[in-house]
Amino acid sequence: MKKSVLPGFGLSLGVTGLALTLVVLLPLSGLLLETFTLTWPGFWSAVSEPRAVASYRLSFGAAFASAVINGFFGLLLAWVLVRYRFPGRAIVDALVDLPFALPTAVAGLTLTALYAKNGLLGQHLEPLGIFVAFTPVGVVIALTFVGLPFVVRTVQPVLESLDPSLEEAAAVLGASRWQTFRRVIFPSLFPALLTGITLSFARAVGEYGSIVFISGNMPMRTEITPLLIVTRLEQYDYAGATALAIVMLAVSFALLFTINVLQRWSQPRHA
Amino acid sequence: MRALALLPLLLLAACSKESTVTLLNASYDPTRELYEEVNRAFAKRWLEKTGQTVVINQSHGGSGKQARAVIDGLEADLVTLALGWDIDAVASKGKLLPENWATRLPRNSAPFASTIVFVVRKGNPRGIHDWEDLAKPGVQVITPNPKTSGGARWNYLAAYGAAQRKPGGDDAQAKQLMAGLFANVPVLDAGARGSTTTFAERGLGDVLIAWENEALLLLNGASKDTFEVVVPSLSILAETPVALVDQVVDRRGTRTVAEAYLKFLYSDEGQALASKHGFRPTGVATLEPKFAKVSTFTIAEGFGGWATAQRVHFDDRGLFDQLYAVKK
Repeated sequence: MKKSVLPGFGLSLGVTGLALTLVVLLPLSGLLLETFTLTWPGFWSAVSEPRAVASYRLSFGAAFASAVINGFFGLLLAWVLVRYRFPGRAIVDALVDLPFALPTAVAGLTLTALYAKNGLLGQHLEPLGIFVAFTPVGVVIALTFVGLPFVVRTVQPVLESLDPSLEEAAAVLGASRWQTFRRVIFPSLFPALLTGITLSFARAVGEYGSIVFISGNMPMRTEITPLLIVTRLEQYDYAGATALAIVMLAVSFALLFTINVLQRWSQPRHA
Repeated sequence: MRALALLPLLLLAACSKESTVTLLNASYDPTRELYEEVNRAFAKRWLEKTGQTVVINQSHGGSGKQARAVIDGLEADLVTLALGWDIDAVASKGKLLPENWATRLPRNSAPFASTIVFVVRKGNPRGIHDWEDLAKPGVQVITPNPKTSGGARWNYLAAYGAAQRKPGGDDAQAKQLMAGLFANVPVLDAGARGSTTTFAERGLGDVLIAWENEALLLLNGASKDTFEVVVPSLSILAETPVALVDQVVDRRGTRTVAEAYLKFLYSDEGQALASKHGFRPTGVATLEPKFAKVSTFTIAEGFGGWATAQRVHFDDRGLFDQLYAVKK
């Protein structure tokens, strides 16, 4: 390995390794150890029963849907906040962070109150045949709420530091506005946008507090995987609970890893 | 403000360390107000009797969650939970008290109990009178998820046992009732308070299956003109047991005061407080008139105890799971 010009590599790697071990690896290995009390067939039946499979579909599907929605509207919101000056902009900017600060249970209760059949929105939506509370749609809405700040906050700084001369150059060279956006602005934003979407997705996969209120927790239909984990704990089935956790962890890691690779691959092409 | 008010107490505690003892009571959610008052009353009696100040800290949460916290090391001297199954787990998984804990105090270690009743909207528009009415098509029933809520398990067992034990009833009829009943449940909240909110605040459902003490609380509140209570012909006696945690009290040297505390729950004063907060005292000949007359069966009579009930009905692939497995 080539020696870096920056001193202190050994020390900083050691400290980082220790911190990572204590904070991330230790709890995760505890999780693994707990599942080792299960036999392979026991593990398989714990993670492959129909209810568990239905819950993966909802957990990952709803998280993906909400991440895509956040990707689109988060980008738009970041764009508006950076590129335009309007009264109340500082307030909108501060509002974006609120989902971070609000306890998710409060978010879940509020959204449920809003979309239930006697709620402010629900009373107008349900006669139209649009059911939100206690359906997968409600789950997606709650996840979109908790994940929004991730996209805005990762895209915003990149957009702010984007060199305006690039856009001017594009315009001078005869590019249309759409071409400028598509060929100049978007490629430089893309890695940050992907990070934001990934963070928002990862946050959504693990979300529990807000979802238990709005989903209605119906087996096979609106049960998220974290709820099934709690259900198994409630039966003192620690091993069965951690088996589900391992599946979530493995799928999440695979997805996040793929996205990281995708991101690395997208960067040099446009650098 | 609160901190300032506590200051003299803390100073007092610091001066007389010898004569102050603390207890931690791990309980479930709806007992908050009850134990607040019980703790005050017991502290007064204990001070009179021994000259020792006792401070009782309360921890509340879902019954199963509390049991797990104690198993995982929460130093609770006392467990006062929603079902015996959860204290059984503290005994069998945590080895923190002997497995025969329930026999150590009178009446299965349950100084008070509750039962399961229906709450319907004022005037009872859907004509709900007994368990069969909950399985009728078009009736919406609100009850929490028995997999996550202790109260919901009582609800489920009350319905099942009532159908099984009524004249001419049997297991097949009970299963049929449960299938019809749960087909009518639009939302399975994680806990009993969640279901109450869904029914009372969200306006969902025609009938809420609930603890009698929660129903009485709902009717005492601002919403007494919106709801009424319907008592089924037959229901379960939901025994909510209490126990001291041997490993903890012996380590902390609090056995004497913990035993006195549990005994206080059985005293006339403790029983009266339970009654005041909507729990049925088990040692009183005539109950206050606010408790409706209802014939009840116990979990031992109906299901041969918690271990069997849990295994047959609520474990994975048990009868409750089968209700949902068929309608994919």
